[in-house]
Amino acid sequence: MPERAPDFVYVIYIAASVEKVWNGLIDHHLTRQYWEHDNVSTWKKGSRWEHVRSDGSGKVDVAGKVVEIEPPRRMVITWAEGGNAGDEAKTSRVTFDLTAVGPDTKLTVTHSDLEAGSEMFIGITSGWPAVLSNLKTLLETGQTLSDKLWR
Amino acid sequence: MADVFRALADDSRRALLDRLFARNGQTLRQLAANLPMSRQAVAKHLAILEEANLVSTIWRGREKLHYLNPVPIAGIVRRWVGKFEDARLEALTDFQHQIETNKEKRRA
Repeated sequence: MPERAPDFVYVIYIAASVEKVWNGLIDHHLTRQYWEHDNVSTWKKGSRWEHVRSDGSGKVDVAGKVVEIEPPRRMVITWAEGGNAGDEAKTSRVTFDLTAVGPDTKLTVTHSDLEAGSEMFIGITSGWPAVLSNLKTLLETGQTLSDKLWR
Repeated sequence: MADVFRALADDSRRALLDRLFARNGQTLRQLAANLPMSRQAVAKHLAILEEANLVSTIWRGREKLHYLNPVPIAGIVRRWVGKFEDARLEALTDFQHQIETNKEKRRA
């Protein structure tokens, strides 16, 4: 059976090296700054990853497994709400593809197998574009929007 | 950012983005269906949208699927909309949407 077409395909160009953008995805000190969550894992094939709130509550909002990992070019992870990890129907899949474009990086985020009409589906539509533009701002300027407001 | 605004400054291109917003991941043939435009004209508009990074594409076998990529628009929003204005603006546009749909319902 052919795989279903992805639900969302997001592309962003970032004026930073592929290695820097890759780090931005897996270094929890960085994810905390632009995503307000720590992405925590050993980042090995088969290992678990968690998307933990950085507010000190330790709440795991999203969790999954690292399905494929080829630093710094490609990573596939599964994605489910913290409490739904292991529930196949509620597990979606996110692919990150990083390509060098001269000194810059083209980052493609593909989200597949989302449950249609689910809260997660609705959250994704407003979530990724904001997260990715915040990542771009952080890597290009060293600041995020909330930093500017608070300092 | 200039090419994003240029790409958006056209009714046909905004209509194509509307179609992708309603259903993501369409082929050129699907997007051109029931539009008062030739397939070539649609292809040209899609190329401009892709150039401005408002449309992303992937290949599935021999089919090229088009996706709405609102990331540059999120960048524009982040430039001029403060972090805590988001919720208030959302409430306002929801309110506007609600009033306008009610008006249409009454008219119908």
